Amino acid sequence: MTISKRELLLGGASLAVGSLALPFAGGTPALAQAIPKFEPEAGASLRLLRWAPFVKGEEDAWLANTKKFSEATGVEVRIDKESWEDIRPKAAVASSVGSGPDIVWVWFDDAQQYPDKLLDVTDLAKALSAAYGGYYPGNEVYAKVKDRFVGLPLATIGNAVVYRESWVKQAGFSEFPKDTKGLLELGKALKGINHPMGFTLGHGVGDGNNFCHWVLWSHGGRMVDENGKAVINSPETVEALRYVAELYKTFIPGTESWLDVNNNRAFIAGDLAVTANGVSIYYAAANDPKLAEMAADMRSTNFPIGPAGKPVELHQTTTACIFKYTKFPKAAQAYLSFMFDAPQYNAWLTGASAYCCQTLKAFASNPVWTSKPIHAAYAKASDTLRPNGYAGPLGPQSAAAMADWIVVDMVAEAATGQRAPQEAAKRAQTRAERVYR
Amino acid sequence: MANAAMAEPTVRPRSFWAGIGQGRHVLGIVFMLPAAIFLLFFLTYPLGLGVWLGFTDARIGRPGIFIGLENYELLWGDSLFWLVVFNTVLYTTVASVLKFGLGLWLALLLNQSLPFKSFFRAVVLLPWVVPTVLSAIAFWWIFDSQYSIISWALIKLGLISAPINFLGDVANARASVIAANVWRGIPFVAISLLAGLQTISPSLHEAATLDGATSWQRFRFITLPLLTPIIAVVMTFSVLFTFTDFQLIYVLTRGGPLNSTHLMATLSFQRAIPGGQLGEGAAIAVAMIPFLLSAILFSYFGLQRRKWQQGGAD
Repeated sequence: MTISKRELLLGGASLAVGSLALPFAGGTPALAQAIPKFEPEAGASLRLLRWAPFVKGEEDAWLANTKKFSEATGVEVRIDKESWEDIRPKAAVASSVGSGPDIVWVWFDDAQQYPDKLLDVTDLAKALSAAYGGYYPGNEVYAKVKDRFVGLPLATIGNAVVYRESWVKQAGFSEFPKDTKGLLELGKALKGINHPMGFTLGHGVGDGNNFCHWVLWSHGGRMVDENGKAVINSPETVEALRYVAELYKTFIPGTESWLDVNNNRAFIAGDLAVTANGVSIYYAAANDPKLAEMAADMRSTNFPIGPAGKPVELHQTTTACIFKYTKFPKAAQAYLSFMFDAPQYNAWLTGASAYCCQTLKAFASNPVWTSKPIHAAYAKASDTLRPNGYAGPLGPQSAAAMADWIVVDMVAEAATGQRAPQEAAKRAQTRAERVYR
Repeated sequence: MANAAMAEPTVRPRSFWAGIGQGRHVLGIVFMLPAAIFLLFFLTYPLGLGVWLGFTDARIGRPGIFIGLENYELLWGDSLFWLVVFNTVLYTTVASVLKFGLGLWLALLLNQSLPFKSFFRAVVLLPWVVPTVLSAIAFWWIFDSQYSIISWALIKLGLISAPINFLGDVANARASVIAANVWRGIPFVAISLLAGLQTISPSLHEAATLDGATSWQRFRFITLPLLTPIIAVVMTFSVLFTFTDFQLIYVLTRGGPLNSTHLMATLSFQRAIPGGQLGEGAAIAVAMIPFLLSAILFSYFGLQRRKWQQGGAD
């Protein structure tokens, strides 16, 4: 599909409608909503700062889309990559210095830390939302300050339970348990056949946070109430901590020292029956001819449901923000509007092979989710996503609480028996009160 | 300029520039200026800014206003901060003592006449030369909870049945990070002390040997006193490096498990950048200054100014 400049200027909507006419597999139903037109400033060029790709296909697709944009508009886009944990300091420096990349892909509540430095993209976000079935609520919350969008929700990096089917069957389970009680039974049975499970309890930004928040939330515990008052020391939290202390006994030893990589390593080495990770763990096995047997045995599912009765997970979220200082705000918005348009966004999702989950509901029909059975669990990432610092507002305090590992430390303390569940909850309460003062 | 002035030694009054070129004071200042500017911008300014930030409630994306000692009051009541201070002092003390003991031992060995002496002296420096992040990653593998080579070897030897939980257990994790730091720090101490050892005149040892001194007595009464000034300098640097360690912890544990290996430098970063609380992070960094100053003063007054080194009484 070639795109003329005129077509682009007519707005993304025309492209979206155009894409319907194309035999695009699982074509995304786009409503003929008017997406605002942005005519790039004369001589505009853009710089995008993104996290280094986890899946090569994802980067390739983004670059191919960018090339199409540059060809259609003449706007050159330079793309810089940084290791994903370095994005936060770099973006923070750019925001306070007032120069640097025009567009940045930030993580979690970063956009909430300096909303005044970010371009208001409410019109574009609302138009995209109307055209593509609306944002998933969790993604929207991360990108919104009051009624204002300070970024466009880009993707959820989904986390899911990954397991070895043959071992789960050998442990006497015909299917993966759907609730927390079943998971504990499975853990005991797997330990019995010497193929234990293991979840990250160390300071791993992705996996550690996701598992520990699931422990807390699945039992109805929460960091703060709606007004930002610390309420983590609750009977629900203590119940969650009692549960994880039992579950921990079925783990492979040493999970409290695990960072983000360790569970991948143990799983790929064939020492783990169950863990939780992004889809990259599957591709690590699938792309290695020696591990073909393991890859064929791998299945994915979502985290079991606990007493709270709802599937909830933290996942990882990324938002595309435009800095207010950019000299070319129109070009930047034209670029993003182009990239979120169905043909481009679909190509990107496909390229990411289930690593990135859509933020706009219409893209749930992307064929990537049905192309491999293991992708199915990752398709629900944006749906089960619950924002950090639940149930309070997002902002500097929620970011500080996560950075200080309050939830991870509490869960790890209780799991390993360093502190009794009540004590661990009490300590987390003190720490939370300090942050949410 | 100077050439021009020399080429025309006539009666003409010296030009302004020639005057500057020959004036000692002006030229001196001019030559010192780059260094002064460098220090001012890259040392004084960041330090001053850090101290100032510690008195503000600056956050990422917001400049912050002066709030006096509030950050320090908050830290005073923060048990995590005190745990981290304890960790840092423990880490620095144990690692420095080990580095000194092992480094001195290594220096004494290298001072003997060994075969391939210069080869060994060069090789010893390797841990110090390798970038910290690289060696930290190597240690990360060595201390892995499942695939540690140490655990593997011990299991194969039949000495243990399950892998050692190096970085998961509080005591083990502290010992492991200290071991990695000591490994990295020994060469610096050893090579510097070796340099010191070589300045000690062999005739002193010969004389003592003739007087019937044992090798311990020679070490205690000749080597050690003459080495003290070097020891003071080397250990001051070593303590400063250890106290402000960051990379090793960041790669190995991120401060875990349960914050038992969190140091002041890592907590400062964690609160300031990922946590966004620049003011509080700066306050933690500033809180390191008294510890560092006292280490410097101790070495200065305690070790370097002993009168007997100049032949006086103690």
